[in-house]
Amino acid sequence: MSESFVTYAPMLPEFIIILGAIVLLMYGVFGSETQTEAVNVGWLSIIVLITATVALLWAVDGSQSLFLGAFKNDSFARFMKILAIAGSICALMLAFDDFSDHGIMKFEYPVLVMFATAGMMVMISAGDLIALYIGLELQSLALYVMAAYRRDSVRSSEAGLKYFVLGALSSGILLYGASLLYGFAGSTDFQVIANAAKGTDASVNLWLIFGLVFLMVGISFKISAVPFHMWTPDVYEGSATPVTAFFATAPKVAAIALLVRVSMSAFPGIAPQWQQIITFIAIASMLFGAFAAIGQTNIKRLMAYSSISNVGFALVGLAANTAEGVQGVLIYMSIYVVMTLGVFASIVCMRRDGQSLEDIHELSGLAKNNLPLAFGLMILMFSLAGIPPLVGFFAKYHVLLAAVQAELYGLAIFGVLASVIGAYYYLRIIKIMFFDDSRDPFQPVRFNPGVIILTSALLMLVGVTILGPFVDAALIAARTLTL
Amino acid sequence: MEIGSGHYLTLAAVLFTIGIFGIFLNRKNVIVILMSIELMLLAVNINLVTFSVFNSDLVGQIFAMMVLTVAAAEAAIGLAIIVVYFRNRGSIAVEDVNMMRG
Repeated sequence: MSESFVTYAPMLPEFIIILGAIVLLMYGVFGSETQTEAVNVGWLSIIVLITATVALLWAVDGSQSLFLGAFKNDSFARFMKILAIAGSICALMLAFDDFSDHGIMKFEYPVLVMFATAGMMVMISAGDLIALYIGLELQSLALYVMAAYRRDSVRSSEAGLKYFVLGALSSGILLYGASLLYGFAGSTDFQVIANAAKGTDASVNLWLIFGLVFLMVGISFKISAVPFHMWTPDVYEGSATPVTAFFATAPKVAAIALLVRVSMSAFPGIAPQWQQIITFIAIASMLFGAFAAIGQTNIKRLMAYSSISNVGFALVGLAANTAEGVQGVLIYMSIYVVMTLGVFASIVCMRRDGQSLEDIHELSGLAKNNLPLAFGLMILMFSLAGIPPLVGFFAKYHVLLAAVQAELYGLAIFGVLASVIGAYYYLRIIKIMFFDDSRDPFQPVRFNPGVIILTSALLMLVGVTILGPFVDAALIAARTLTL
Repeated sequence: MEIGSGHYLTLAAVLFTIGIFGIFLNRKNVIVILMSIELMLLAVNINLVTFSVFNSDLVGQIFAMMVLTVAAAEAAIGLAIIVVYFRNRGSIAVEDVNMMRG
């Protein structure tokens, strides 16, 4: 009995989250159907997620694999899981006030977030095609429901519908790729696939190359990389803002982690093949995200294009196919999550007379009415634009450095170009806030979003001082995959 | 004629292609999209079972069971979203899914 507990210790965080979700679901079903009850469930689920993080850090050290290699626990997995859980917690905190205003704060929401988080953790730890698929679907099924969460709104249900159709399509494509890879290697284990692929000429073996391409296409849909990004702006615009904040952070982290792990551990032998795909996707995403965001007036759509561009930058690190590249991906995603959460917390604060506003011109003259909010958002925008000494600069620096070290000069040049173009629309928001005529003030900033804006803006300002140990931790995490 | 793995794989590839085209060429009804998605997943199952039998490895059939379960859950959620959408919009025609650009 005690022995089996020790054996399954690497999965303790997942057990905690899934058990917590089931218990809270029961608590919600049999409790009273009030908003306060739902907020209680929300805070309890945050406690469960924090407990899972503690378990993640203290339960086990080093690398283990469970269930015949289907579940891997290493420092890469722990790094990405902490990031995904942190994104979930903050996105959940943003939901309380916003949903209560609209009268849709229900206990199902925190439970869905927990199930989605459990799915992400399985994805991040997947060492097997079956685990990959089950984790991805556990996450996606919860996300489809969350996109359509504001069920009396046409836009939200349309967002849910679009997300469902394209998400299911991408899962199908990914699965077809997985079945071809299974046929090629005779096993679903990444290690066996890697060994089988090593001795094969990938340009000749159709199953291997089609399997690889279909798998990559499926995951590209999930990370909304160009050319599989078309659902992103609509889903981001239609969903409730706290849901969008969640979509932009935790699932992205999980899907990027999945892509990195699949590329690094299942296809190390045919790296040139997938590097081509990733390089193309990275350049297309960076440039398209930067250009398409210029004309946007809805801030959630703008952030959707910004996230497409950011995913492109993260993929630059992966395209390098080195430990430094993976380290760059880890650093980039962490900083991206912090910045994005801060920006979405600011969007949640854009409220006047109980109405949530989404047009960027509603921000005009914000500095005259609410200087702290305008200042916080300014720091976040400067950081997203990648202006030193803010931390956003170092995110871009690490991925582009990895690309240059891997002699992918073209990719690095496109990265710098996209960064310059992207700076335009970030700076435009700052210009609107500080130099345009002021409008009526927003309602006062509430506690939860306030804390998130303050924390993320502070981290962007003084984060340089703590960046050293963080970069080392990312390198250790990256080495577990590339050795 | 001996029916070998190639025949099954071709069948699966054809079904999968029909599924994808069903999603993109369909201009009428969202339910048809749901059916196309199911078709894609079942094509994958044929693939998995074929590989499982011809490689004498059981994992593929276990995978196929997992896919069946997930496909059922996916269909349930898809239908629920379609019901919610119909209540708000009064229609589930594909050309009416256009409240937002893109």
